[in-house]
Amino acid sequence: MTAATSSARGRSAAFPANWSRRLGYVLVALYAVYAASTLDITLDRFIRGLDQGAQFLARMWPPSFDPVQLSLLRQGMIESIQIAVLATFVGVLLSLPLGLVAARNLMPASISWPARGLIALCRSFHPVIVSILFVKAVGFGALAGILALIVASMGFVSKLFAEAIEEMNLKQVEAVRATGASFFGVLVMGVLPQVMARFVGFGAYQLDSNLRNSTMVGIVGGGGIGATLFTAYQRFDYDFVLTILLAIIAVIMVSELASAQLRKIFQ
Amino acid sequence: MTAPAIRREWHRFTPAERLARFAVYLFTVAAVVWAARYVEIIPEFLADAPAQTVDLFTRMWPFDWAHYWTGVHGALIETFHIATLGTLLAIALAVPVALMAARNITRSKVLNLFATFLLVASRSVNSLIWALLFVAIFGPGALAGVMAIGFRSIGFVGKLLAEAIEEAQPGPIEALTATGAPFGSVLNKGYWPQVEPSFWSIVLFRWDINIRESAVLGLVGAGGIGVALDAALANLYWDQVGLILAVIFAVVVVTEIVTSGIRSRII
Repeated sequence: MTAATSSARGRSAAFPANWSRRLGYVLVALYAVYAASTLDITLDRFIRGLDQGAQFLARMWPPSFDPVQLSLLRQGMIESIQIAVLATFVGVLLSLPLGLVAARNLMPASISWPARGLIALCRSFHPVIVSILFVKAVGFGALAGILALIVASMGFVSKLFAEAIEEMNLKQVEAVRATGASFFGVLVMGVLPQVMARFVGFGAYQLDSNLRNSTMVGIVGGGGIGATLFTAYQRFDYDFVLTILLAIIAVIMVSELASAQLRKIFQ
Repeated sequence: MTAPAIRREWHRFTPAERLARFAVYLFTVAAVVWAARYVEIIPEFLADAPAQTVDLFTRMWPFDWAHYWTGVHGALIETFHIATLGTLLAIALAVPVALMAARNITRSKVLNLFATFLLVASRSVNSLIWALLFVAIFGPGALAGVMAIGFRSIGFVGKLLAEAIEEAQPGPIEALTATGAPFGSVLNKGYWPQVEPSFWSIVLFRWDINIRESAVLGLVGAGGIGVALDAALANLYWDQVGLILAVIFAVVVVTEIVTSGIRSRII
């Protein structure tokens, strides 16, 4: 039993110190200090900001319930919801063929790669930037916002949809193909039943996401509640800004609950 | 006496499920029709759109390459710093909220709900709107951008982190608790090793998103390449706009390659 008595020294610690990891944390901290100094972020400025922030919050509270402003809020919110609904509907509809075409296990590479490129292009620009371009192309208003969010929806939904198709079980597809079914028949009977539930899930998620983004495209002229918010902000009506923010949070909470319900129905 | 006829027709879904699905279809169609009928689209703008689009691209090309070193490069670096610092800030803020939201760590319904509310509020308000608020508090500049990115990311990082914590195996935790380890050690040696892989993947994913988002924060004055974009748009220098969009596109592509490379190596 000599091993037991000398074990305290011989055995390595249960939780050895990981020096390379600690070095990594130090490097991250150094980077943060360096980046903050290049961005001219100082503690002094932060503290002055807190003072300003207190004033800002004081001017926000209480939220305004002026009837004129409330009717503006209602109009803006309705337009945002319309933008989100239309953009989701059209975007999801277009994503269905695009996702099918982009799936590498269904299509030859010569077809799927251009489709994947298109999806990557849709995804790479922030909806706000896309909506700036559409504001130039189709003018101010809801249409620019709808088009921008359609692009965003196509990027998101068709990417995930194509991935879902690539992960599906090929045996069912082969079985349908073995019956001599046409390509269209294989899609409807072999592919879609496997991935439709997930597709609906992505669509429901995208509705949430579009509703969130539709509050933002208005800042660059794309219509909706964002325009109302930006105007109120520029006019220093901070109490109305707070009302709008609370309304946005409430609408998005409701829509998250609704889309969770929707996913449950189609599971 | 014959046995009562057994219904031999097979249905994939129960009547309640079919009814629910039908209700969803009906509601979808109604919402789309309502939105399409009442959304405000100005036909004159629409007729003009093809001409405007051609005009947009002819003005953009050729890009004003000379502008890159004078006006874009510095802003690009700033964007990178804003996204990275914002992500670090988000981690610092999101970890406590995630701990509070995880039901296996905080055993209080009230605190769980409160944390969930914080997470939803952070996610519902868009990064651009967060930026508006912080510009009002800290003044225009990168500090507002970092705060906006940080606060917007709390919801995302916190929600996913809380879910990862809730999925942790209780075995090691119980073993540690049985030795009388204090709460900090249980977190550090019990939960952290289990949560770590998802933690890094969440952070990496959010950093990727934040690079995209920080590119537009400048539109409301919160620093980064968006400021350059806003100036070019305001001056109608479309060749500079084209250059900036191309630069953003390149950065997004590089970020995506880098994050997928890191992800495949460490996770």
